[in-house]
Parts: sequence; structure tokens; C-alpha cells
Amino acid sequence: MKIFATYNIKGGVGKTAAAVNLGYLAARDGYRVLLWDLDPQAAATFLFRVRPRVKGGGKALIQGTRSLDGAIKGTDFDNLDLLPADFTYRNLDLLLDAARKPARKLGRLLGPLRSDYDVVFLDCPPGISLLSESVLHAADTLLVPLIPTTLSVRTLDQLTGFIAGFDGRRPDILAFFSMIDRRKTLHKEIAATLPGQRSDMAATAIPALSLIEQMSVRRAPVTAFAPRSSAARGYAQLWAEARARSGLRPSKAAASARG
Amino acid sequence: MLDGSGMPESDDYLVALGTRLRWQGDGRVRTVGRTWLDTFDWRLYRAGLTLELTSARGTAELTLTGRDGAVVAAQPAGTAGSRPRWPALLGALPVGPLRERLRPVVGVRALLPVARAASAVHELRVLNSDDKTVARVIVDRMSVSYPARAALAPRLTVTALRGYQAQADKLAGILAAARGVSDAAAGALEAALAAAGRQPGDYTGKISVRLSPQAPAVTAVAAVLQQLLGTMEANVAGVVRDIDSEFLHDLRIAVRRTRSALKLAGDVLPAGLASRFRPEFKWLGDLTTPTRDLDVYLMDLDAMAAGLVAASPAELMPFREHLARRRAAGQRQLARGLRNTRFSRLTGEWRDALASAAASRKAKPTAGQLAASRIRKAHRRVLADGGAITAASAPECMHELRKRGKELRYLLEIFGSLYDPAEHWQAVRELKALQDCLGEFQDTEVQQGEIRAFAAQMMDERTAPAVTLLAMGEIAAGLAIRQRQARSEFASRFRDFASPASQDRIRAMTEAAAS
Repeated sequence: MKIFATYNIKGGVGKTAAAVNLGYLAARDGYRVLLWDLDPQAAATFLFRVRPRVKGGGKALIQGTRSLDGAIKGTDFDNLDLLPADFTYRNLDLLLDAARKPARKLGRLLGPLRSDYDVVFLDCPPGISLLSESVLHAADTLLVPLIPTTLSVRTLDQLTGFIAGFDGRRPDILAFFSMIDRRKTLHKEIAATLPGQRSDMAATAIPALSLIEQMSVRRAPVTAFAPRSSAARGYAQLWAEARARSGLRPSKAAASARG
Repeated sequence: MLDGSGMPESDDYLVALGTRLRWQGDGRVRTVGRTWLDTFDWRLYRAGLTLELTSARGTAELTLTGRDGAVVAAQPAGTAGSRPRWPALLGALPVGPLRERLRPVVGVRALLPVARAASAVHELRVLNSDDKTVARVIVDRMSVSYPARAALAPRLTVTALRGYQAQADKLAGILAAARGVSDAAAGALEAALAAAGRQPGDYTGKISVRLSPQAPAVTAVAAVLQQLLGTMEANVAGVVRDIDSEFLHDLRIAVRRTRSALKLAGDVLPAGLASRFRPEFKWLGDLTTPTRDLDVYLMDLDAMAAGLVAASPAELMPFREHLARRRAAGQRQLARGLRNTRFSRLTGEWRDALASAAASRKAKPTAGQLAASRIRKAHRRVLADGGAITAASAPECMHELRKRGKELRYLLEIFGSLYDPAEHWQAVRELKALQDCLGEFQDTEVQQGEIRAFAAQMMDERTAPAVTLLAMGEIAAGLAIRQRQARSEFASRFRDFASPASQDRIRAMTEAAAS
């Protein structure tokens, strides 16, 4: 089971769009995928038309009185399940604080699902907190959407430095430009130069497109409702990069289709 | 699973079912060819397994499922040119876990189609008020083409999406309450067979007639003989087509049981009937003997070859080929005999004779009384003949005892339904232990004689290399050792069979049904 997390300190940078579309593409490749919407705003949950409610709330999940397994909902797409958001997730920091080894908690909670899923996506709320620290420890690959500005690049450096301080296992970082506006000179300059300078930058950039914003109206991944669009092609390239970089083996379905 | 009997032809009825739920489908219908396979005697069905061959868009897959519908094993059925042609022995299936799972159940029997159908499958999604799918409904319209043409009512399967079981249960409840919909407990195979007027498991080589102890013996014996006639007729086509060795085996057993019944209880049938038909059934039995003997030889050959010490199994190849040639010749003769009018006249006249016997008004003796007297007599005979055998007795005495034992065995089988199942099973088990020993003794003796005869034939035909004859000699030596072993075990096996407890069991069991 490979765990990807879409993470950035800043909000509104395309974390949920990336998690939803990459999750859909992974499921379409034949992987058994779980997306955990950790953000109490419940955007990913809304996009999959699932009601943002978990029995017992975040408390039951963190304290283990309810297993993650029992809270999972099937989406309308084959192989893609969702662990919905709940408004009580706003208190996850407090709950984690009360738990033993809070930074490792999320990884431990996901452990029993190892045989059910090949890929997990964690869609994180913005900010830097105990929850995000737990996500960083649980993830194999961090997918970091960046709007090409100087400040955004600075936050990536901060994140890299923070992770470098971890004992033992550290997640791989794959940052990618998101919401690029080609009309802005700064966007263009940074997007053109930075990937060549940093090994943790993806070659793929996701442009700012109204079709991506349409997801909230259509309530589905753009990769599902407009699979030939440039937005969908961008996510497909990003998924190909992320999959290759994570070392994820071909899914059983893909392997049997070839063999 | 729901059965949509009585529903209109279109899926519109689903839309009309309720306003609380919305339905969505892409209108695409997938057509799947379905063939269910089993052995002639339903070994898979009896083991709680279903083997289905599905074909769609040029690909074919074999799927083995358990009683709960869970997949036990699945694998592609080979490429278009290399797919098995049914009926097929297990060796024709692609190598893989499915074949290995089937092996202990199917054994030497061929797999043959028991039903064929085409399914037009249409998938619908059920949405809640957020337009979120909560369940999928598969509508399967199946048209059966074999064993008879029949169209089934749509079969509906409701599958919950994860986390939406309660909604799916509610939906299934709504569908179940709708007019013309009922729970379909049976699986697709059972439904296909029922529509075609057949039931799975409808053939057994065992005697399954339920007799009543108080019934007139003549009607009981006639009923058993009618079933045995049915078994013979059911197996003829398989024997003639040479589908697998067990068709002939079941046919022979039915003939032997018939001959024993005529010999040991034929006197209760209308006068002259037994004496008229006994020579005919002897002819039929003799007709089947050469092929069956060669079948047994060929089936045992691998085990015998594996026991070779000096020779190598490969050196037996000319012998195996010789057996196969002789079997092919025997099979041709057997098929000719079964196509002969003598056989069709025999079965036709036998059926008529049994129908008139079954209509007999002779109330006495009862089935229980007849069974008690004949079983006890046969039992006494086995005890007396077996008790007289000493270490110095000739092999013929053992052969005779085996025949008497078979007669007792057949009587116990014919009248088995009259007795307490546990007591009956124990009585048969004790006799079987003795019979296995006597069978090993006689079979190895016969096979020694035969292998000498085969060697002579091969010499005459100049098909016997020296190494093959030497290997055959080693097999003959092995048979002699096995025969001596069986002979040495006889005394203790007979002692068990003749124990006071065993004798008491036969007495008590038969008395209970005779009173």
C-alpha cells in the first residue's frame, strides 16, 4: 500500500483537485484506492456526492472506538472508495494531542487497511499542525501543489527543511506547479526555471482552468467528466510522474491485461 | 438475488417502482454466452461447486464457484483454437489452479455441458437525493438453449456500494414487494435447469428408490428393477460415444444388480419372467466385460508402472499402446452390441414386463419379509463358505466366496431403504472390507493371467520389445506379491465380518423391517 498525501501550508492551491483526480486515475489504472478527506471543509467529500459525516466523528476514529473500515463509502467509480470528512475533524489536532505518539497515529490507523487498498490518498487541510505532522509521517510521497510565486517556493523550502529533521523514515516530496496563469510573467518565469533547479519538482504543471473549477458544479473529477481535456491530460501526466517516482508496481488488472 | 417473474419486458418497471429512488443506466446491454459443466453424475453439484464457462467478445473464461457464490478458482479457457471441446476429460483443461481444484472431485469422469444459455445483462445505478450511486442493479435476461429452449423472467441482483448496505437492503425490499417479483433462492444454473424442466443431481448410479417394508415384495422388486433399467438406458449413449469409463461402469453395475435381483428375488415376480430375462442380461453383462477389464487395466497401469523397481515406466509404452488398441477394438464391438436390436428389444420387453409386474395384486410376501429372508440366506451362505476356507483352499473357493459376497452386497443395496441408515451403512462397511480383500485376490489373479496372454499376443504381433516383456514380467511379479498379501489378510478380514456383533446387526436390522 502506497500512501500519497496532497499537502501545502497554504489553502486554495489545488490540493483537493489533485487528490480527487489522481485518486480517480489510480482507480482507473486498476489500483484499489482509498481517498481520506481530512479537511473539515469536506470539498473532496462534496465532489464525490458523499454526505460529510462519520459516525462518532473524528474522535471515534482517532480513539479507535470505530474502525476506519466501517466509515468508508464507495464512490460512483470502480475501485475508488472515500473516507468522508466530518466537521469534527476541525478538532483532530486536539484529539491527536491526547493520543500516544500523535505523529505516528495516522499511519497506525491506516495499517489494518493494507490488504484492502493498493493506494491511499490523504487530502489534508492547509496549515502546519499536529495533524499535518502525522500526515507527513504516514505518507510515502508528498504531493505539494505550488502556485509559482516566490513565497510559495519559500514554503516548499521550509517544508523540505522540516522533513529533513525527521528521524528514520521520511516521505519523498514531489512538488508541482498548480493554477498556473500563463498571462502572469512571474508564473511563467518561475515555472520555466525552477523544475530545472530542483529534483523534487515535477515536470508537469497544472494550469488554472475554468474546467477544473467546474468540478464543484459537476461534482465529479475532471478526469472523469472531461477525460480528453487539457486539464485531464495534465493530471494524467502528473499521475504518471507520481506513480513512477513512488515505485508503485503495476496493478493486478494492468498486469493481467498485458500478460 | 430477485426473480422478476411476471415483470414487463422493459426495464421501465424499475423506474415505475418508486419515486423515492432514481435510476440511471447507460442502456448498454452486454451479451454473455454461458455453459455450465459438470460430470454426468453431478459430482461438482454434489460437492457444492458450480463450473461455468462464460464467453463474451471472443474471450472465454472458466469460473468455479462455491455454494455461497464466492469464486473458488477462475482462469481463461484457452485461446480460440485450443479451447476444450465438450465433453472433455480434465486433462483437456488448461493447466492451473482451477484444474487442480477440480481433480479430486471430478476424478476420471468427463466434464460435459449440463445447461447452455445466453444472458443479456443490463446494469442500472440507483441514486439517492444527492445523485450519488448507492447500489447497482444487474438485470439479467437469460435464454436457455440446452437441455431445452426456455426464456427466463429477468433476474435482478442488487449490490450495495460500500457504506450503503442499508439503502441497498431497503431497495431490495422495495423490489421484493413489487408485483411479480419474488426472492429467487436458486442460482443461475438451477434457474436455467428449472426453466428447461430439469433438476441438478437428477442422475445417480446408486439405488435411490424408497421402499416401504409393508409394500408387496413384487412391487418393491419391480420398482428397483425399473430404476436399474433407467440407469442402464441413461448410460448407453455415454458408453457408445465413449465419453468416459464410468458410463460403462455404471451400466455394468446396473446389469449385475439386475442379474442378482433376478437370481435371488426373481421368484416373487410373475411366473417365468426371471428365467426368460436372465440369459439376456447375462449376454448384456458379457458384452461389457472385455472393455471394462481393459479400462481397469489402463487405469491401474500408472500405479503399476510407478512400482517398477528394475524396469523403467517408459519401457511399458508398447504394452500401454497394445492395451489401448485392444480397448479401441473392444469398444467398437461393445458399441455395435448396444446399437443391436437385441439390446433395444431387451430393454423394451423388460420395461413392459416390469410394468405388468408392478401392477401385480400379490400382497404377500411384503418387501420387509422378502428382504429379511433373502439377506439372511445370502449372509448365512457367505458365513458358511468363508468359514470353510483354509490356508490350503484353492483360489476358486475364494472366487466363489467373492460372488456370494457380491450377491449379499447387492441385496443390501436393493433393500437398503428399508433399514436404519446407520445400521445399514455399518453392515455394508463390514462386508466391503471383506470384499475388498477378495477383490484384490481375484483381480490380481485375473490380471496375471491376462498379462501373460497380452505378452503372447504382442509376441505374435511382433510389437513386444524385450525390455517391454521384462517390464511386464516385473508387473506380473508385483501382481503375484499383491495376491499373496491379499490371501494373508483374508483370515482376519473374515473374522471381523463373521464376528457375533456383525451377525447380530444383520439379524436385528432385517427383523425390524420384517415384522
